[in-house]
Amino acid sequence: MVAKRKKRTLTAGHTYYKQFNEEIRELIKEGVTDFTINECNGQRYIGIAMEGDIRFHINGVPGQDLGAFMRGPYIHINNNAQDGVGNTMDDGRIVIEGIAGDVIGYAMRGGDIFIKGDVGYRVGIHMKAYLDHQPKIVVGGKAGDFLGEYMAGGIILLLGMFSGKPDSPVAGRNLGTGMHGGVIYVRGEVPKDQLGPGLHTQPVDSGDLKVIKELVNDYAKELKLDSKDILSDNFVKIRPFSHRPYGNLYVAC
Amino acid sequence: MKAPDRYYDFEKDISGCGIFGVIHKKRGLISGEMPIAAMTCMHDRGNGLGGGFAAYGIYPDHADKYCFHMMYDDKKAIENSEHVLRKYFDLHFLEPIPTRKTLAIPNPPMFNRYFVTVPEKPVNEFSELAEEDYIVSVVMKINTTIPGAFVVSSGKNMGAFKGVGFPEDIAEFFRLEEYKAYIWTGHNRFPTNTPGWWGGAHPFTILNWSIVHNGEISSYGINRRYLCENDYLCTMMTDTEVVAYELDMLIRKHGLSWEMAAKCFAPPFWDEIERMSPEDKELYTTLRATYGPGMLNGPFAILVADNNRLMGLNDRIKLRPLLVAEKDDMIFMSSEESAVREVCPELDKVWMPKAGEPVIIDLED
Repeated sequence: MVAKRKKRTLTAGHTYYKQFNEEIRELIKEGVTDFTINECNGQRYIGIAMEGDIRFHINGVPGQDLGAFMRGPYIHINNNAQDGVGNTMDDGRIVIEGIAGDVIGYAMRGGDIFIKGDVGYRVGIHMKAYLDHQPKIVVGGKAGDFLGEYMAGGIILLLGMFSGKPDSPVAGRNLGTGMHGGVIYVRGEVPKDQLGPGLHTQPVDSGDLKVIKELVNDYAKELKLDSKDILSDNFVKIRPFSHRPYGNLYVAC
Repeated sequence: MKAPDRYYDFEKDISGCGIFGVIHKKRGLISGEMPIAAMTCMHDRGNGLGGGFAAYGIYPDHADKYCFHMMYDDKKAIENSEHVLRKYFDLHFLEPIPTRKTLAIPNPPMFNRYFVTVPEKPVNEFSELAEEDYIVSVVMKINTTIPGAFVVSSGKNMGAFKGVGFPEDIAEFFRLEEYKAYIWTGHNRFPTNTPGWWGGAHPFTILNWSIVHNGEISSYGINRRYLCENDYLCTMMTDTEVVAYELDMLIRKHGLSWEMAAKCFAPPFWDEIERMSPEDKELYTTLRATYGPGMLNGPFAILVADNNRLMGLNDRIKLRPLLVAEKDDMIFMSSEESAVREVCPELDKVWMPKAGEPVIIDLED
């Protein structure tokens, strides 16, 4: 049985984030499942720690920590997003039609974040996975420094295609620094100097390509892009350089 | 010391400072309402312990004179300061800075502004100095020798307005909606390790320079000693003050370009220098060796302005947010995009600059 959807359109305008989020929570208690939020501008913490099948379509630029600690909901932003999107997110999906700021998907442990354009610094740091609970971030543009730093699990896919920064390398410095789990896929090549210490890119195998293809299909569908075009180039992968790359850093064993 | 009662109920306010700047490249005048609205949008980046604005182009009728914005704790400080100002300058015009009573700003200090020029043949200990060094020396003299008196700004056709409160409250107190400027910067403060007091609010200024800063200058100690050796004395108990004086020293006195000064603040990493062309390698090695004590360590996003320019700069690993946006002749720089959209919903271009790379916007004339 398909659960019945109940829709509501809200105008954020100048409503203070606290009142606005309280209003959303009240409406969810009343059974509203689908929200369209218009004139959103800077309201923080939208969707934070919410669980279940709730959908948000946001017009405007939402504030910091959008979808933090979220477990399940779907958020689609028709514009740019700011910092801290999907902080420690557990499940659900966030789709951003524009660019996004710094620390996207920090310590994320499940769900998907799809960004069409460029992202800032420290995206996907401390990501982690458990069994089939695999967080995934797809960035259509280019990324700043420290992408996937200290990554422990999950998947980051960096396309470098829909970027406002034609002269920048696909990823900033220290790509994957300290990573000890998970995988970073990059479309095209990564300049060697952008990689964190001890890391190097490897060719992808058929297993990787299957994962990439599935992810790209989802991504392209959400953002109305041509998945064939995205898949038309080579991909490389970055993985931790050993099982416990930093095991001897503090205590010799 | 014992923990306070019910210490476990205390909430930690999690936030960071907020900055906003706008420049109109054709000197089009922008009402104070714009930076006020932008800063109000970023209300939660501060905690009410500091707000301030710098404005350029606000005193066109006195554009050839230095304008001293003075802050006083008491009448004695006014007397002593005016004695110094009259002794060292030709004083052309003075008035209280217009303020209004507002509930959010209890017990403010007093503010006057003085339009001055340097006498043709001054007879005092600073008489040998070039005009701008003379101004700097008088600023340092007032700040270090007159109790309860502080120079808030000392440039031409510009001024800083700042204090303890949220930026929108400070703006209401100083009636900033009545001013029009072609460059504005604004700051919302969340002091972390220095006191929240009126002089410690941003912007920090000297001559025409102004700076607002989100972050903390961990290298404050070494920077301050370096400046002290060069006759700049820090008195405001806030780390950011060093940046204002370093700008004056590096750019005005040492003749560095703004780009090079930015590279002193946020130098390339040694491994990057290693990969540069021989010429650049020599340049950046020399720069790091010469200006090591001027390097700013720690997280920062700063906006720097003078009468002709606005510059945004991040620390080299981008530990604080900064966004740049364009709309026709206006360029915006802000901690958050929403603050820009608040005052200009449709933008031609929005991007986040690379860490350590200055974004410098000049007036077109």
